[in-house]
Amino acid sequence: MSVLINKNSKIIVQGITGKIGSFHAEDMIRYGSPVVGGVTPGKGGTEAHGKPVFNTVKDAVEATGADTSIVFVPPPFAADSIMEAADAGIKVCVVITDGIPTQDMMRVKRYMKRYKAEARMRLLGPNCAGVITPGEALVGIMPGHIYLPGRIGIVGRSGTLGYEAASQLKEIGIGVSTSVGIGGDPINGCSHRDILEMFENDPETDAVIMIGEIGGPQEVEAGMYARDHMTKPVCAYIAGLSAPKGRKMGHAGAIVSSVGESAAEKVEILKSCGVTIVPTPAEFGSTVQGMLGMRAAAE
Amino acid sequence: MDIHEYQAKEILAKFGVPIPMGGLAYSPEQAAYRAREIGGSVWVVKAQVHTGGRGKAGGVKVCKSESDVEEAAEKMLGRKLVTHQSGPSGKMVNRLYVEGGVHIARELYLGFVLDRSEQRVIVIGSTEGGMDIEEVAATKPESIVKISVEPAVGMQAFQARELAFKLGLPGSAIADATRVILGAYRAFRDKDGIMLEINPLVFTEEGQLIALDAKMSFDDNAMFRHPDISELRDKSQEDPRETQAADRGLSYVGLDGDVGCIVNGAGLAMATMDMILLEGGAPANFLDIGGGATPERVAKAFRLVTQDKNVKAVLVNIFAGINRCDWVAQGVVKAVELAGLELPLVVRLAGTNVEEGRRIIEESGINVISAKTLAEAARLSVAAAQSATKSAA
Repeated sequence: MSVLINKNSKIIVQGITGKIGSFHAEDMIRYGSPVVGGVTPGKGGTEAHGKPVFNTVKDAVEATGADTSIVFVPPPFAADSIMEAADAGIKVCVVITDGIPTQDMMRVKRYMKRYKAEARMRLLGPNCAGVITPGEALVGIMPGHIYLPGRIGIVGRSGTLGYEAASQLKEIGIGVSTSVGIGGDPINGCSHRDILEMFENDPETDAVIMIGEIGGPQEVEAGMYARDHMTKPVCAYIAGLSAPKGRKMGHAGAIVSSVGESAAEKVEILKSCGVTIVPTPAEFGSTVQGMLGMRAAAE
Repeated sequence: MDIHEYQAKEILAKFGVPIPMGGLAYSPEQAAYRAREIGGSVWVVKAQVHTGGRGKAGGVKVCKSESDVEEAAEKMLGRKLVTHQSGPSGKMVNRLYVEGGVHIARELYLGFVLDRSEQRVIVIGSTEGGMDIEEVAATKPESIVKISVEPAVGMQAFQARELAFKLGLPGSAIADATRVILGAYRAFRDKDGIMLEINPLVFTEEGQLIALDAKMSFDDNAMFRHPDISELRDKSQEDPRETQAADRGLSYVGLDGDVGCIVNGAGLAMATMDMILLEGGAPANFLDIGGGATPERVAKAFRLVTQDKNVKAVLVNIFAGINRCDWVAQGVVKAVELAGLELPLVVRLAGTNVEEGRRIIEESGINVISAKTLAEAARLSVAAAQSATKSAA
């Protein structure tokens, strides 16, 4: 088990014939991900990396039974592609594209509400590194070899900081059930809280690392959820302790614009919710080790 | 992206929001001429800078004669205006906006923002115009009205009308106010705004609504469909280091410390800065070189970081995913050789092909302090910066 994706997923790549989409599709296939096809309007009927290419997501779903998609479509057209996936019945949609206009994402989120909550597509990103269930499926752009299969869930906004956490775990022999990128944009799909809920309900995840950053309300919401609803231990790191107020730090969403959005404030709130704080980005591994040790001692 | 007040007003005017008579001036003579053109007996000379808090800092001056206007312009132009929002280095005043006076009966507030928890546009109104909205929220929260816009249909007339009534406007002004509020909303929506503030929106003694001040920011990610807005970019209002970075496709934020940072990924870049802080040092910058860390990009990043005279040591922290450590290592070697780097350099590589990357750096003979972990890299770079400072002193 795992969350969102596994070896039985049926994955299509939206934008499979583009430069970036093609590169990463190949990498995903090499990792052993169950990729069943791709979509590029106008190139239906051709093949890419040995997989069939379709004109529309609907065609791809009908022909292959795809339930998962990854989007590499350029920013001006990405919102359209996400809505196309939702309309075609895709269940999990991972959006790698960085630079989608915020108002486009607001429309996407509104469009997705057409579907009942239980049938609604789960959106990851945009501007994320993707999702990986080590040893089963990679739907993203991360280097697969730094993730050991195991029982720790990771959810984070940042790609490379997630790599840092996973590789620190690997160093001490701890593996990952699923690592989920939710992206660095101000309006995104699944939130930290949504992913914590999935990990709480996943019998093969024992504990969770949440990697947050300055800006937005999602880390605090997740902290409240952990306090009120979670039995599994959660630890968190919030990047941007040294970031000045009102400045955008790379990610479109990494900006402190109101009360409660700075790293120091988020850390205080998470602490008060009983979340273990990872004191420095060099201590993901040791913090998880400590948390698991305490859990083992309690049992 | 930020624009000037006069530019925001021009946009608002196109969407039917009334603005005072005004004109742009680059010199005191032009300012005086503008005053004559506008007519009347009272003018306001306003420094055009990308920051708030101008009034208290001497960037807005009410004048009663053309010679007053000329004198005020003389004092403002060519100087840096330091406000409580501008940062200690201030913003250069190159342009002035001269406006005719209006007879103010009431000052209101009208703002539009993207709300991240609601994932919608929120319209904010207040009867307490002319002050910082944060201050109003703290002292008179009951004066603030918020309206949430449904993204599928946009703001509706009844919502604007409700807001107008709540702002206490008389019945005779409601139709006009509805038009003004909806016009401002359309400007915000159509131009991909992320923030629009009309503060104050004044209700004049003659019973007219006028946008007396306006501040507008746009979504950088949406600029591909707004070349008219991109044109309004004023590089004189940006940190020159950040302008250079943006022109080279790098994401950079200048800070005041002495450890220059070159990192891939925004999260890891912030974490690296945090780690430097936790080790007792201070980062000189945020810099994300992005996914494809080609030798050229690494070389550009080096030039940018080392241009900052405060930098005493450079830390390169790359967690290579798709881009491989050996490529990054080649870039570092090339950059150091090209730039003739004299500062202490700490390099930490991790991820794909890390052994090969380390070998390339070791065999190149360049003067590098190698680190295996993030903690070690931060510790070594802070120590290097501190010893460089000591030996200089």
